[in-house]
Amino acid sequence: MAIAERDATGRTGAAGASGADRRAGRKGRGTRLTRLRRDWVLLALMAPGVAYFLVFHYGALAGNVIAFKDYVPFDGLWASQWVGLDNFQKMFGDPDFWSAVLNTVWIALLQLVFFFPVPIALAMLLHSLTRDSVRKFVQSVAYLPHFLSWVIVVAVFQQVLGETGLLNNVLGDAHLHTVDVIGNPGAFKPLVIAEVIWKDCGWGTIIFLAALTQVDEQQYEAAAIDGAGPWRRFWHITLPSVRPIIVLLLIMRLGDILSVGFEQMLLQRASVGPDAAEVIDTFVYYKGLVGGDYGYAAAAGLFKGVVGAALVFAANKVAHRLGEQGVYR
Amino acid sequence: MSSAAQGLRRTGSARRQPARPAWRERPKPATQAAKAVALAAVVLLVTVPFLIIVSTSFASNAEVVANGGWVLWPQHPTLNAYRELFDGGIVTHALWVSAGVTVIGTAASLACTIGLAYALSRRDVFGGKPILLLILFTFLFPPGMIPGFLLIKGLHLLNSYGSLVAPVLVNVFNLVVLRGFFQSVPEELYEAARLDGAGEWLILRRIVLPLSKAALAVVGLFYAVSYWNAWFYASIYLDSDHWPLQQVLRTYVVGGSQLADSAAGDASAVAAPQTIQMAVLVVATVPILLVYPFLQKYFTKGVLTGAVKS
Repeated sequence: MAIAERDATGRTGAAGASGADRRAGRKGRGTRLTRLRRDWVLLALMAPGVAYFLVFHYGALAGNVIAFKDYVPFDGLWASQWVGLDNFQKMFGDPDFWSAVLNTVWIALLQLVFFFPVPIALAMLLHSLTRDSVRKFVQSVAYLPHFLSWVIVVAVFQQVLGETGLLNNVLGDAHLHTVDVIGNPGAFKPLVIAEVIWKDCGWGTIIFLAALTQVDEQQYEAAAIDGAGPWRRFWHITLPSVRPIIVLLLIMRLGDILSVGFEQMLLQRASVGPDAAEVIDTFVYYKGLVGGDYGYAAAAGLFKGVVGAALVFAANKVAHRLGEQGVYR
Repeated sequence: MSSAAQGLRRTGSARRQPARPAWRERPKPATQAAKAVALAAVVLLVTVPFLIIVSTSFASNAEVVANGGWVLWPQHPTLNAYRELFDGGIVTHALWVSAGVTVIGTAASLACTIGLAYALSRRDVFGGKPILLLILFTFLFPPGMIPGFLLIKGLHLLNSYGSLVAPVLVNVFNLVVLRGFFQSVPEELYEAARLDGAGEWLILRRIVLPLSKAALAVVGLFYAVSYWNAWFYASIYLDSDHWPLQQVLRTYVVGGSQLADSAAGDASAVAAPQTIQMAVLVVATVPILLVYPFLQKYFTKGVLTGAVKS
């Protein structure tokens, strides 16, 4: 994260070192009471936001106790019976759950292999363009799909690849074999990857482009004068400049391996069935909100949360071992 | 546009001319051709589907049927599909819901995020550190869908538009972006203001906010886009009388149910369902296309990339 680091600390660092002392009105830490009295405006400004996090995050987080209960809506959260680890036992013995876990990890890995490198490649392509106008135009077009909802993206793909869609019309007119993509469980995973690429590969270039433009142009010039060809310049200058970001994003992906595009899956699960499209999040949704088995669904959700947090933690450790910045220190 | 470019090449703008620098090899024609093909593919893959959707929404029923479900360019453009939609049926209502939730939600989110970001950007604010940690932790460990649902139910927010705003009021990423920006306001300005006797509230309003217009625009637009695009909470918290546009789109276009006669106004026999579906799609997309140029202006200003670390 050297780039972002430089950006953020370059600005804040100066203010931080000397600023705290220089603040005439805020010198010294004082007692709790004086600090409280001094900061009451700031505390009032924070209050609504803090209340939001306490109620809708920590309040909801506390609601996870139902994972250890046999939740009966009529009895309510507190009166429902404690059942210990029954929900988790049931979950670990449930083939549907494991099928959802497998789908989730499988799709996440496919994304890692087929989606992850695309923004990097596109960013390098865009960066290599010498004409600004072309680059800006392509950027504008490529960023756009990121801002469309998954509903629109899935609808667009249906219109293009569906049974009566654009592609099959063209193929039919040319007397070629039509393709069966939408609603075909066998084609579902490639379809999902294609959708993610379409929606986010342009947007994903932003962070890499920012890193690439931070590279001092003189490095390239010096290397070229020393006889390094385009390939060697790429390998020794371009690639190292984006490496910290690649590591950071890989870590974040790893931590997110158990949550692949909930909305995307939910929108299409009905058309291909759970065998192809059930992921952990949709499992939670169907078991809990559709099936009414709240305690069981909450157990699956909690499992996902705990394992996900542990994965982020572990990945961050690994990054530090490798000498990278990671997500946090 | 030009400001975006400046931001993008903060370091290189002075040195790099639009032309190829002298030390770079003359590109091979084959490489150039491959690049051109790749770029054209990116542009076409994004634009062509939209062209077809917009065209189809303006086409007549007969033409769409004759062409097998879509047209590339309508022979006799008609507004029939849109007339149906805006005739006071479910789509008209959903449009109002979406607009209202987007406007009110964005205002509420911005207000709360600004308050938090400003207070947390001050170095030694009372309780600042623990509160920041408390907030960042929620990023690592989200509460989960089922507890969230039971909470909304317990707070009696089911079937109220508040259920679309309250659970997503403050976004941690937006908060971090804004806080980073506020921190970059030069300390001298605070000092001068305080010597003039200004309090925190006045400093925020008169100095920090005016200096942070770019960041506020980005964060505000991010909120607006996410409120406009949201449908999942609507699908679990609201009944169909309260649905916003995206949820209507989801049900009638992605879900495959046809808009009922009564739903699309009336007499939807006049226009083919396909044209109406495409019109809904267009209506749901247009606001994004309208704000997009403004968003685009700020993307690369370093506002986002500078604050990615959290």
